[in-house]
Amino acid sequence: MTNTVISSASREVVIGFDRPFVMIGERINPTGRKLLAEEMKAGDFSRVEADAIAQVAGGAHMLDVNAGIPLADEPALLARAIQLVQAITDVPLSIDSSIIAALEAGLAVYQGKPLVNSVTGEDEVLERVLPLVAKYGAAVVAISNDETGISMDPDVRYAVAKKIVERAADHGIPYSDIVVDPLVMPIGALGQAGQQAFKLIRRLRDELKVNTTCGAGNVSFGLPNRQVITGTFLAMAIGAGMTSAITNPLHAEIKSAVMAADVLSGNDGDCAAWIKANRDPNAGGADREARDARRRRRPAGQ
Amino acid sequence: MSDDDYDEIDLASLSDDELTKQMHDDLYDGLAEEIIEGTTILLDRGWGPEKVLAEALVEGMRIVGIDFRDGILFVPEVLLSANAMKGGMAILRPLLAETGAEPIGKVVIGTVKGDIHDIGKNLVAMMLEGAGFEVFDIGINSDVDKYLAALEEHQPDILGLSALLTTTMPYMKVVIDTLAAKGLREKYIVLVGGAPLNEEFSAAIGADAYCRDAAVAAEMAKSMILARRNLRRAEPPGPSVAS
Repeated sequence: MTNTVISSASREVVIGFDRPFVMIGERINPTGRKLLAEEMKAGDFSRVEADAIAQVAGGAHMLDVNAGIPLADEPALLARAIQLVQAITDVPLSIDSSIIAALEAGLAVYQGKPLVNSVTGEDEVLERVLPLVAKYGAAVVAISNDETGISMDPDVRYAVAKKIVERAADHGIPYSDIVVDPLVMPIGALGQAGQQAFKLIRRLRDELKVNTTCGAGNVSFGLPNRQVITGTFLAMAIGAGMTSAITNPLHAEIKSAVMAADVLSGNDGDCAAWIKANRDPNAGGADREARDARRRRRPAGQ
Repeated sequence: MSDDDYDEIDLASLSDDELTKQMHDDLYDGLAEEIIEGTTILLDRGWGPEKVLAEALVEGMRIVGIDFRDGILFVPEVLLSANAMKGGMAILRPLLAETGAEPIGKVVIGTVKGDIHDIGKNLVAMMLEGAGFEVFDIGINSDVDKYLAALEEHQPDILGLSALLTTTMPYMKVVIDTLAAKGLREKYIVLVGGAPLNEEFSAAIGADAYCRDAAVAAEMAKSMILARRNLRRAEPPGPSVAS
């Protein structure tokens, strides 16, 4: 049982074994979203706010916030985006940047205990990011690649993850505050990407005892009907023991697959969240509304 | 988040009327501890156990049954409600026995030989209990001797047969034929149910009625037992028309 607690000023989310899967909304990311990039660069965050609200309403337990715009002041943009998102929603955030100064700017303004996304196994990155994570008491996503790149050998990726966990311990960061990203490759380009990920996820959980996450959409890159591939990948990854993912809960195929996998893993007690999400909203008429308003225990997931 | 959504209510501060309504809601929500507390409060206020059973529990389960039938509540939720009901019944049962109150009727129920499915059968047993029946559940994989022994021991009004497989449902006919051969068939109302069954099959094997789901089973049991009693009352003692 490993629990990774992430929080905002008023809400805690636990990524953990034998718990409902945590969906981290992926939408607040200007990479590949030209309009959003232009707006953010010009100081217009209205789309960021709309994305935040929509994803939370759609079932995101956390939100990833990324402001990676070329030739922009990324630290300032990321800090601003985090403050705005925290002002309109109480879900905890993942502060996402490959620029360490941006991570620090985000950490400085964040209310609560964030998830820092991310640190790699490269020595230089480790020695710059881990002190920040320790200083702010944050949790961190550990990506299992290092100076040599992304290994196709799952044993090497496991070794990189292990190295990050050990190095974090040197900085006083417990393994429970490390969420490992096994790096999921596009299945369209690499036929073994799924099997590799499932094996690695299982091993990370059983041997390293860490929580796991991934950018789920990557797996379906370049394929038609992507959301079904992504959703099914997530269900299978949950079967292998994955505990969170950066994904889009607004896609029904993805959300349904994750919720069904929670049911089938026994992590949705009494199937309450599933039933709540799938009950015919029109069944029952007026009596039903009055009764729903009176219910003391409203079934829900996380 | 379910813990956040739980509204604390001081049950003891409610009037009798409010409390019974709250208990209907709490049964609906499957809150066992609250049902136990509510049952105890009503008894402490001088309510008889029959009144608590009828007005708080049976009425609450009736609502659960309707919404289950209509596809508003689902199996995990009804199992929670059943569990809450059980909590209240555990308090009431010994008191009811003391008062010598008669149940609406008695039922022997079981899943037939070769079949180990029991979720549906358990739901039916619970709904029957909720409707005021005394239920003797003989479990799964029941051969005809087990049914006969239970009928002999408990002398019920109703026999309930459950089967979930097309390969085991013909055994219902074996049970009914055996009752007929022993001259016992007319002593009991025989109700059958299970996923592969339908009205036609029920009629073909000589059952009295097919019950589509647990709520229907409870309603059917009640209406058939009342009809039979009215019939008996209307007739002079002696062999009934039906036999």
